[in-house]
Amino acid sequence: MIALIKYRAGNIASVSNALDRLGADYFLADTPDQLETADGVIFPGVGHAGAAMESLKENGIDEWLQQTKKPVLGICVGMQLLYDSSSEGDTKALGLIPGRLEKFDSNDAKVPHMGWNVIHIKQDHPLLKGINSGEHFYFVHSFYAPETSDAIATCDYITDFTAVVSKDNFAGVQFHPEKSGKAGARVLQNFLDHVYG
Amino acid sequence: MDQFFLFYASFFDQITMLTKRIIPCLDIKNGRTVKGVNFLGLRDAGDPVELARRYSEEGADELVFLDITATLEKRKTLVDLVTRVAREINIPFTVGGGIKTVDEIEELLKAGADKVSLNSSIVKDPDLINRASDAFGAQAVVAAVDAKRTGNSWHVFIKGGTEDTGMDALEWMKETETRGAGEILLTSMDRDGTKQGFDLDLLKLVNEQVTIPVIASGGAGTIQHCIDAVKTGNADAVLAASIFHFKEIEIADLKADMANSGIPVRNMAL
Repeated sequence: MIALIKYRAGNIASVSNALDRLGADYFLADTPDQLETADGVIFPGVGHAGAAMESLKENGIDEWLQQTKKPVLGICVGMQLLYDSSSEGDTKALGLIPGRLEKFDSNDAKVPHMGWNVIHIKQDHPLLKGINSGEHFYFVHSFYAPETSDAIATCDYITDFTAVVSKDNFAGVQFHPEKSGKAGARVLQNFLDHVYG
Repeated sequence: MDQFFLFYASFFDQITMLTKRIIPCLDIKNGRTVKGVNFLGLRDAGDPVELARRYSEEGADELVFLDITATLEKRKTLVDLVTRVAREINIPFTVGGGIKTVDEIEELLKAGADKVSLNSSIVKDPDLINRASDAFGAQAVVAAVDAKRTGNSWHVFIKGGTEDTGMDALEWMKETETRGAGEILLTSMDRDGTKQGFDLDLLKLVNEQVTIPVIASGGAGTIQHCIDAVKTGNADAVLAASIFHFKEIEIADLKADMANSGIPVRNMAL
Protein backbone atom coordinates (compact mmCIF):
# COMPACT_ATOMS: atom_id res chain seq x y z
CA MET A 1 0.00 0.00 0.00
CA ILE A 2 0.97 3.60 -0.67
CA ALA A 3 0.91 6.02 2.25
CA LEU A 4 -0.07 9.60 1.51
CA ILE A 5 1.40 11.81 4.23
CA LYS A 6 -1.33 13.84 5.88
CA TYR A 7 -0.13 17.00 7.64
CA ARG A 8 -1.20 20.60 7.72
CA ALA A 9 0.75 21.66 4.65
CA GLY A 10 -0.42 18.83 2.41
CA ASN A 11 -2.93 19.27 -0.41
CA ILE A 12 -4.38 15.85 0.27
CA ALA A 13 -7.61 16.29 -1.73
CA SER A 14 -6.00 16.76 -5.13
CA VAL A 15 -3.41 14.03 -4.72
CA SER A 16 -5.87 11.51 -3.30
CA ASN A 17 -8.29 12.27 -6.15
CA ALA A 18 -5.46 11.59 -8.60
CA LEU A 19 -4.63 8.29 -6.87
CA ASP A 20 -8.33 7.36 -6.95
CA ARG A 21 -8.40 7.99 -10.69
CA LEU A 22 -5.45 5.61 -11.07
CA GLY A 23 -7.20 2.99 -8.94
CA ALA A 24 -4.23 3.02 -6.53
CA ASP A 25 -4.34 1.31 -3.15
CA TYR A 26 -3.39 3.98 -0.63
CA PHE A 27 -4.12 5.32 2.82
CA LEU A 28 -3.59 8.58 4.67
CA ALA A 29 -0.78 8.46 7.21
CA ASP A 30 0.08 11.00 9.88
CA THR A 31 2.36 9.01 12.21
CA PRO A 32 5.68 7.16 11.77
CA ASP A 33 3.98 3.87 12.82
CA GLN A 34 1.47 4.19 9.98
CA LEU A 35 4.19 5.14 7.49
CA GLU A 36 6.22 2.11 8.52
CA THR A 37 3.44 -0.19 7.21
CA ALA A 38 3.59 1.34 3.70
CA ASP A 39 5.36 0.00 0.60
CA GLY A 40 5.94 3.51 -0.69
CA VAL A 41 5.21 7.04 0.42
CA ILE A 42 3.85 10.13 -1.34
CA PHE A 43 4.80 13.38 0.38
CA PRO A 44 2.74 16.33 -0.88
CA GLY A 45 3.14 19.92 0.23
CA VAL A 46 1.89 23.44 -0.38
CA GLY A 47 2.52 26.82 1.14
CA HIS A 48 5.47 28.09 3.14
CA ALA A 49 8.42 25.68 3.46
CA GLY A 50 9.11 26.73 7.05
CA ALA A 51 5.52 26.18 8.14
CA ALA A 52 5.44 22.84 6.33
CA MET A 53 8.65 21.72 8.06
CA GLU A 54 7.28 22.72 11.47
CA SER A 55 4.11 20.78 10.77
CA LEU A 56 6.12 17.68 9.78
CA LYS A 57 7.97 17.80 13.09
CA GLU A 58 4.78 17.68 15.16
CA ASN A 59 4.37 13.93 14.75
CA GLY A 60 8.00 13.07 14.14
CA ILE A 61 7.46 12.50 10.44
CA ASP A 62 10.66 14.46 9.72
CA GLU A 63 12.79 11.93 11.59
CA TRP A 64 10.94 8.99 10.04
CA LEU A 65 11.65 10.34 6.55
CA GLN A 66 15.33 10.86 7.39
CA GLN A 67 15.87 7.17 8.18
CA THR A 68 13.49 5.35 5.81
CA LYS A 69 14.67 3.17 2.93
CA LYS A 70 11.20 3.00 1.36
CA PRO A 71 10.54 4.77 -1.95
CA VAL A 72 9.37 8.34 -1.29
CA LEU A 73 7.95 10.79 -3.84
CA GLY A 74 7.89 14.44 -2.78
CA ILE A 75 5.55 16.80 -4.62
CA CYS A 76 6.15 20.58 -4.83
CA VAL A 77 6.97 21.75 -1.28
CA GLY A 78 7.26 18.04 -0.40
CA MET A 79 10.10 17.82 -2.93
CA GLN A 80 11.66 21.06 -1.68
CA LEU A 81 11.83 19.76 1.90
CA LEU A 82 13.95 16.80 0.77
CA TYR A 83 16.84 19.23 0.22
CA ASP A 84 19.21 20.60 2.87
CA SER A 85 17.54 23.95 3.27
CA SER A 86 15.35 26.65 1.77
CA SER A 87 15.83 30.39 1.72
CA GLU A 88 12.07 30.61 2.34
CA GLY A 89 12.11 31.61 5.99
CA ASP A 90 15.74 30.36 6.12
CA THR A 91 14.34 26.87 6.72
CA LYS A 92 16.49 23.88 7.63
CA ALA A 93 14.91 21.04 5.68
CA LEU A 94 15.33 17.24 5.76
CA GLY A 95 18.86 17.13 4.34
CA LEU A 96 18.27 14.08 2.16
CA ILE A 97 19.37 15.76 -1.08
CA PRO A 98 22.23 18.30 -1.21
CA GLY A 99 21.23 21.83 -2.10
CA ARG A 100 19.39 24.95 -1.02
CA LEU A 101 16.15 26.32 -2.46
CA GLU A 102 16.36 29.90 -3.74
CA LYS A 103 13.68 32.42 -4.65
CA PHE A 104 13.07 33.37 -8.29
CA ASP A 105 14.16 36.90 -9.05
CA SER A 106 10.92 38.77 -9.71
CA ASN A 107 12.81 41.49 -11.59
CA ASP A 108 13.19 39.05 -14.46
CA ALA A 109 9.69 37.58 -14.80
CA LYS A 110 6.44 37.06 -12.98
CA VAL A 111 6.71 35.20 -9.67
CA PRO A 112 5.29 32.72 -8.73
CA HIS A 113 6.16 30.58 -11.71
CA MET A 114 2.58 29.50 -12.35
CA GLY A 115 1.30 27.56 -15.30
CA TRP A 116 2.32 24.91 -17.81
CA ASN A 117 5.98 24.62 -18.67
CA VAL A 118 8.17 22.00 -20.35
CA ILE A 119 10.74 19.74 -18.76
CA HIS A 120 14.11 18.75 -20.20
CA ILE A 121 15.14 15.24 -19.27
CA LYS A 122 18.77 14.89 -18.12
CA GLN A 123 18.92 11.25 -17.00
CA ASP A 124 16.89 8.10 -17.63
CA HIS A 125 14.74 7.32 -14.63
CA PRO A 126 11.74 5.04 -13.99
CA LEU A 127 9.69 8.04 -12.82
CA LEU A 128 9.83 9.51 -16.34
CA LYS A 129 9.18 6.33 -18.31
CA GLY A 130 7.11 7.19 -21.37
CA ILE A 131 7.71 10.92 -20.90
CA ASN A 132 9.84 12.90 -23.34
CA SER A 133 11.65 16.19 -23.06
CA GLY A 134 9.23 18.91 -24.08
CA GLU A 135 6.29 17.44 -22.18
CA HIS A 136 4.29 20.07 -20.26
CA PHE A 137 3.57 19.97 -16.54
CA TYR A 138 1.72 22.35 -14.22
CA PHE A 139 3.95 24.38 -11.90
CA VAL A 140 3.06 26.75 -9.03
CA HIS A 141 6.06 27.90 -6.98
CA SER A 142 8.22 30.87 -6.01
CA PHE A 143 11.29 28.94 -4.78
CA TYR A 144 13.35 26.57 -6.90
CA ALA A 145 16.02 23.92 -6.48
CA PRO A 146 19.12 24.82 -8.53
CA GLU A 147 20.20 22.31 -11.17
CA THR A 148 22.59 19.77 -9.61
CA SER A 149 23.90 16.31 -10.51
CA ASP A 150 20.81 14.81 -8.80
CA ALA A 151 18.50 16.47 -11.34
CA ILE A 152 16.61 13.96 -13.50
CA ALA A 153 14.86 16.74 -15.40
CA THR A 154 15.09 20.51 -15.45
CA CYS A 155 12.77 23.34 -16.37
CA ASP A 156 13.72 26.79 -17.62
CA TYR A 157 12.04 29.74 -15.94
CA ILE A 158 14.25 32.75 -15.25
CA THR A 159 16.97 30.15 -14.64
CA ASP A 160 17.41 26.41 -15.21
CA PHE A 161 16.11 24.66 -12.12
CA THR A 162 15.48 21.08 -11.02
CA ALA A 163 12.00 19.90 -12.03
CA VAL A 164 12.52 16.23 -11.13
CA VAL A 165 15.12 14.99 -8.66
CA SER A 166 16.22 11.57 -7.46
CA LYS A 167 18.73 10.45 -4.84
CA ASP A 168 18.83 7.04 -3.18
CA ASN A 169 15.22 6.04 -2.40
CA PHE A 170 13.98 9.63 -2.62
CA ALA A 171 12.43 11.29 -5.66
CA GLY A 172 10.73 14.62 -6.04
CA VAL A 173 8.81 16.63 -8.60
CA GLN A 174 8.51 20.40 -8.44
CA PHE A 175 5.37 20.38 -10.64
CA HIS A 176 1.97 19.09 -9.59
CA PRO A 177 1.48 15.69 -11.25
CA GLU A 178 -2.05 15.54 -9.81
CA LYS A 179 -2.93 18.63 -11.89
CA SER A 180 -0.81 17.94 -14.96
CA GLY A 181 -3.28 16.06 -17.14
CA LYS A 182 -2.26 12.74 -18.66
CA ALA A 183 1.46 13.43 -18.36
CA GLY A 184 1.12 13.98 -14.63
CA ALA A 185 -0.99 10.84 -14.21
CA ARG A 186 1.75 8.94 -16.01
CA VAL A 187 4.39 10.15 -13.53
CA LEU A 188 2.24 9.05 -10.58
CA GLN A 189 1.61 5.68 -12.24
CA ASN A 190 5.36 5.33 -12.84
CA PHE A 191 5.95 5.87 -9.13
CA LEU A 192 3.35 3.20 -8.25
CA ASP A 193 4.95 0.80 -10.76
CA HIS A 194 8.35 1.53 -9.26
CA VAL A 195 7.09 0.80 -5.73
CA TYR A 196 5.45 -2.46 -6.77
CA GLY A 197 8.00 -3.34 -9.44
CA MET B 1 19.87 31.37 -45.25
CA ASP B 2 16.48 29.64 -45.12
CA GLN B 3 18.03 26.62 -43.53
CA PHE B 4 19.70 28.73 -40.96
CA PHE B 5 16.40 30.41 -40.22
CA LEU B 6 14.63 27.07 -39.83
CA PHE B 7 17.30 25.86 -37.46
CA TYR B 8 17.02 29.06 -35.54
CA ALA B 9 13.22 28.81 -35.37
CA SER B 10 13.26 25.21 -34.21
CA PHE B 11 15.89 26.07 -31.62
CA PHE B 12 13.53 28.63 -30.18
CA ASP B 13 10.64 26.17 -30.31
CA GLN B 14 12.64 23.91 -28.06
CA ILE B 15 13.41 26.40 -25.37
CA THR B 16 9.71 27.01 -24.96
CA MET B 17 8.83 29.13 -22.01
CA LEU B 18 5.86 29.19 -19.73
CA THR B 19 2.86 28.63 -21.97
CA LYS B 20 -0.05 30.95 -22.55
CA ARG B 21 -3.21 29.33 -21.22
CA ILE B 22 -6.59 28.67 -22.82
CA ILE B 23 -9.38 28.75 -20.26
CA PRO B 24 -12.99 27.82 -21.04
CA CYS B 25 -15.42 29.41 -18.58
CA LEU B 26 -18.56 27.59 -17.44
CA ASP B 27 -21.45 29.59 -15.98
CA ILE B 28 -23.22 27.56 -13.33
CA LYS B 29 -26.71 27.91 -11.89
CA ASN B 30 -28.06 25.45 -9.33
CA GLY B 31 -25.26 23.07 -10.18
CA ARG B 32 -25.94 23.08 -13.94
CA THR B 33 -24.32 24.90 -16.85
CA VAL B 34 -26.40 27.89 -17.82
CA LYS B 35 -25.76 28.71 -21.43
CA GLY B 36 -26.93 26.10 -23.86
CA VAL B 37 -24.03 24.09 -25.17
CA ASN B 38 -23.79 22.63 -28.59
CA PHE B 39 -21.70 19.56 -28.02
CA LEU B 40 -22.22 16.37 -29.91
CA GLY B 41 -21.70 13.22 -27.93
CA LEU B 42 -22.30 14.67 -24.50
CA ARG B 43 -24.74 12.57 -22.52
CA ASP B 44 -25.83 15.60 -20.54
CA ALA B 45 -24.66 18.97 -21.84
CA GLY B 46 -26.01 20.63 -18.71
CA ASP B 47 -23.68 18.67 -16.48
CA PRO B 48 -20.67 20.87 -15.69
CA VAL B 49 -18.55 17.86 -14.80
CA GLU B 50 -19.08 16.19 -18.13
CA LEU B 51 -18.42 19.40 -20.00
CA ALA B 52 -15.31 20.02 -17.92
CA ARG B 53 -13.98 16.56 -18.69
CA ARG B 54 -14.57 17.16 -22.39
CA TYR B 55 -12.66 20.45 -22.32
CA SER B 56 -9.85 18.86 -20.37
CA GLU B 57 -9.52 16.10 -22.97
CA GLU B 58 -9.57 18.65 -25.80
CA GLY B 59 -6.57 20.49 -24.37
CA ALA B 60 -7.96 23.22 -22.12
CA ASP B 61 -5.18 24.31 -19.77
CA GLU B 62 -7.40 25.36 -16.93
CA LEU B 63 -11.12 25.83 -16.24
CA VAL B 64 -13.17 28.52 -14.53
CA PHE B 65 -16.58 27.86 -12.97
CA LEU B 66 -18.63 30.96 -12.23
CA ASP B 67 -21.67 30.34 -10.06
CA ILE B 68 -24.57 32.69 -10.67
CA THR B 69 -27.02 30.95 -8.37
CA ALA B 70 -28.76 33.39 -6.08
CA THR B 71 -30.33 31.16 -3.47
CA LEU B 72 -29.50 30.15 0.07
CA GLU B 73 -28.70 26.66 -1.13
CA LYS B 74 -25.98 28.15 -3.28
CA ARG B 75 -22.87 27.36 -1.31
CA LYS B 76 -23.71 23.73 -0.68
CA THR B 77 -24.44 23.19 -4.38
CA LEU B 78 -21.18 24.85 -5.30
CA VAL B 79 -19.13 22.81 -2.84
CA ASP B 80 -20.75 19.63 -4.15
CA LEU B 81 -19.89 20.66 -7.70
CA VAL B 82 -16.27 21.46 -6.79
CA THR B 83 -15.94 18.08 -5.10
CA ARG B 84 -17.25 16.30 -8.19
CA VAL B 85 -15.06 18.30 -10.58
CA ALA B 86 -11.95 17.70 -8.47
CA ARG B 87 -12.55 13.95 -8.55
CA GLU B 88 -12.84 13.87 -12.34
CA ILE B 89 -10.56 16.59 -13.69
CA ASN B 90 -6.77 16.53 -13.68
CA ILE B 91 -6.08 20.13 -14.66
CA PRO B 92 -6.28 23.21 -12.41
CA PHE B 93 -9.60 24.97 -11.94
CA THR B 94 -10.90 28.18 -10.42
CA VAL B 95 -14.29 28.71 -8.85
CA GLY B 96 -16.03 32.02 -8.35
CA GLY B 97 -19.36 33.72 -7.77
CA GLY B 98 -20.53 35.46 -4.62
CA ILE B 99 -17.67 34.25 -2.39
CA LYS B 100 -17.44 36.63 0.58
CA THR B 101 -15.48 35.08 3.44
CA VAL B 102 -12.25 33.26 4.21
CA ASP B 103 -14.32 30.36 5.56
CA GLU B 104 -16.12 29.99 2.22
CA ILE B 105 -12.80 30.10 0.40
CA GLU B 106 -11.35 27.43 2.69
CA GLU B 107 -14.36 25.20 2.10
CA LEU B 108 -13.99 25.46 -1.69
CA LEU B 109 -10.21 24.91 -1.65
CA LYS B 110 -10.59 21.91 0.65
CA ALA B 111 -13.21 20.51 -1.71
CA GLY B 112 -10.50 20.56 -4.40
CA ALA B 113 -10.60 23.93 -6.16
CA ASP B 114 -7.12 25.29 -6.95
CA LYS B 115 -8.09 28.94 -6.89
CA VAL B 116 -11.05 31.13 -6.01
CA SER B 117 -12.11 34.15 -8.00
CA LEU B 118 -13.29 37.14 -5.96
CA ASN B 119 -15.17 40.04 -7.54
CA SER B 120 -17.79 42.24 -5.83
CA SER B 121 -16.79 41.05 -2.37
CA ILE B 122 -13.25 42.45 -2.62
CA VAL B 123 -14.52 45.82 -3.85
CA LYS B 124 -16.62 46.08 -0.68
CA ASP B 125 -14.00 44.44 1.55
CA PRO B 126 -10.54 44.83 -0.06
CA ASP B 127 -8.84 43.32 3.00
CA LEU B 128 -10.44 39.98 2.07
CA ILE B 129 -7.64 39.69 -0.53
CA ASN B 130 -5.00 40.05 2.20
CA ARG B 131 -6.72 37.58 4.51
CA ALA B 132 -7.22 35.00 1.76
CA SER B 133 -3.69 35.41 0.42
CA ASP B 134 -2.14 35.08 3.89
CA ALA B 135 -4.20 32.00 4.65
CA PHE B 136 -3.92 30.10 1.35
CA GLY B 137 -1.15 31.75 -0.68
CA ALA B 138 -1.35 34.27 -3.51
CA GLN B 139 -1.61 31.48 -6.09
CA ALA B 140 -5.08 30.60 -4.76
CA VAL B 141 -6.50 34.13 -5.02
CA VAL B 142 -7.78 35.49 -8.33
CA ALA B 143 -9.01 39.08 -8.38
CA ALA B 144 -11.84 39.29 -10.91
CA VAL B 145 -12.32 42.79 -12.26
CA ASP B 146 -15.19 43.88 -14.50
CA ALA B 147 -14.03 47.04 -16.26
CA LYS B 148 -15.92 49.43 -18.51
CA ARG B 149 -14.56 52.39 -20.42
CA THR B 150 -15.86 55.63 -18.94
CA GLY B 151 -14.51 58.74 -20.63
CA ASN B 152 -10.73 58.43 -20.85
CA SER B 153 -10.40 55.68 -18.28
CA TRP B 154 -11.99 52.45 -17.13
CA HIS B 155 -14.22 52.06 -14.12
CA VAL B 156 -14.74 48.98 -11.97
CA PHE B 157 -18.28 47.65 -12.21
CA ILE B 158 -19.87 45.20 -9.79
CA LYS B 159 -23.05 43.16 -9.49
CA GLY B 160 -22.59 41.50 -12.84
CA GLY B 161 -21.58 44.73 -14.52
CA THR B 162 -24.71 46.66 -13.53
CA GLU B 163 -23.26 49.00 -10.90
CA ASP B 164 -20.52 51.58 -11.52
CA THR B 165 -18.32 51.86 -8.43
CA GLY B 166 -16.58 54.94 -9.81
CA MET B 167 -13.24 53.29 -9.01
CA ASP B 168 -10.43 53.48 -11.56
CA ALA B 169 -9.91 49.95 -12.88
CA LEU B 170 -6.13 50.23 -13.36
CA GLU B 171 -5.61 51.62 -9.86
CA TRP B 172 -7.82 48.88 -8.45
CA MET B 173 -5.91 46.13 -10.25
CA LYS B 174 -2.61 47.48 -8.91
CA GLU B 175 -4.13 47.47 -5.44
CA THR B 176 -5.28 43.84 -5.76
CA GLU B 177 -1.70 42.86 -6.56
CA THR B 178 -0.31 44.82 -3.62
CA ARG B 179 -2.85 43.19 -1.33
CA GLY B 180 -1.77 39.71 -2.41
CA ALA B 181 -3.83 38.56 -5.38
CA GLY B 182 -1.93 36.00 -7.45
CA GLU B 183 -3.71 36.63 -10.70
CA ILE B 184 -6.21 39.03 -12.31
CA LEU B 185 -9.21 37.93 -14.33
CA LEU B 186 -9.98 41.04 -16.32
CA THR B 187 -13.33 41.21 -18.11
CA SER B 188 -14.10 44.07 -20.46
CA MET B 189 -17.79 44.86 -19.97
CA ASP B 190 -17.69 46.80 -23.25
CA ARG B 191 -16.62 43.73 -25.17
CA ASP B 192 -18.25 40.92 -23.19
CA GLY B 193 -20.67 39.05 -25.43
CA THR B 194 -19.87 41.12 -28.53
CA LYS B 195 -17.35 38.75 -30.18
CA GLN B 196 -15.58 41.90 -31.42
CA GLY B 197 -12.25 41.06 -29.80
CA PHE B 198 -10.67 41.79 -26.43
CA ASP B 199 -10.07 45.33 -25.17
CA LEU B 200 -6.40 45.44 -26.19
CA ASP B 201 -5.80 49.00 -24.92
CA LEU B 202 -6.90 48.00 -21.44
CA LEU B 203 -4.92 44.75 -21.50
CA LYS B 204 -1.75 46.52 -22.62
CA LEU B 205 -2.07 49.14 -19.91
CA VAL B 206 -2.71 46.75 -17.07
CA ASN B 207 0.14 44.48 -18.13
CA GLU B 208 2.49 47.47 -17.98
CA GLN B 209 1.44 48.15 -14.42
CA VAL B 210 1.08 44.79 -12.68
CA THR B 211 3.50 41.87 -12.45
CA ILE B 212 0.97 39.10 -11.72
CA PRO B 213 -0.58 37.12 -14.60
CA VAL B 214 -3.61 38.64 -16.32
CA ILE B 215 -6.37 36.53 -17.84
CA ALA B 216 -8.11 38.31 -20.74
CA SER B 217 -11.88 37.95 -20.81
CA GLY B 218 -14.70 39.48 -22.80
CA GLY B 219 -14.95 39.75 -26.56
CA ALA B 220 -13.41 36.56 -27.95
CA GLY B 221 -14.95 35.84 -31.32
CA THR B 222 -12.12 34.53 -33.48
CA ILE B 223 -8.78 32.81 -33.15
CA GLN B 224 -7.08 36.06 -34.19
CA HIS B 225 -8.72 37.86 -31.26
CA CYS B 226 -7.05 35.40 -28.89
CA ILE B 227 -3.68 35.78 -30.62
CA ASP B 228 -4.02 39.58 -30.40
CA ALA B 229 -4.85 39.40 -26.68
CA VAL B 230 -1.53 37.62 -26.09
CA LYS B 231 0.73 39.33 -28.64
CA THR B 232 -0.65 42.87 -28.46
CA GLY B 233 -2.36 42.86 -25.08
CA ASN B 234 0.38 40.78 -23.38
CA ALA B 235 -2.25 38.61 -21.70
CA ASP B 236 -1.02 35.47 -19.94
CA ALA B 237 -4.22 33.56 -20.57
CA VAL B 238 -7.36 33.83 -22.65
CA LEU B 239 -10.76 33.04 -21.22
CA ALA B 240 -13.91 32.50 -23.26
CA ALA B 241 -17.28 30.82 -22.92
CA SER B 242 -19.62 30.70 -25.86
CA ILE B 243 -17.06 30.29 -28.65
CA PHE B 244 -16.03 27.04 -26.98
CA HIS B 245 -19.50 25.96 -25.85
CA PHE B 246 -20.90 26.37 -29.35
CA LYS B 247 -17.84 24.86 -31.03
CA GLU B 248 -17.20 28.02 -33.01
CA ILE B 249 -13.56 27.50 -32.17
CA GLU B 250 -11.96 24.15 -31.39
CA ILE B 251 -9.35 24.37 -28.65
CA ALA B 252 -6.94 22.26 -30.73
CA ASP B 253 -7.25 24.64 -33.72
CA LEU B 254 -6.80 27.65 -31.48
CA LYS B 255 -3.66 26.20 -29.94
CA ALA B 256 -2.23 25.20 -33.31
CA ASP B 257 -2.73 28.71 -34.71
CA MET B 258 -1.31 30.32 -31.58
CA ALA B 259 1.76 28.06 -31.81
CA ASN B 260 2.17 28.96 -35.50
CA SER B 261 2.17 32.62 -34.59
CA GLY B 262 5.00 32.02 -32.14
CA ILE B 263 3.05 31.81 -28.89
CA PRO B 264 4.14 29.02 -26.53
CA VAL B 265 1.19 26.70 -25.83
CA ARG B 266 0.89 23.35 -24.11
CA ASN B 267 0.95 20.39 -26.42
CA MET B 268 -0.59 17.10 -25.45
CA ALA B 269 2.03 14.57 -26.43
CA LEU B 270 0.59 11.80 -24.26
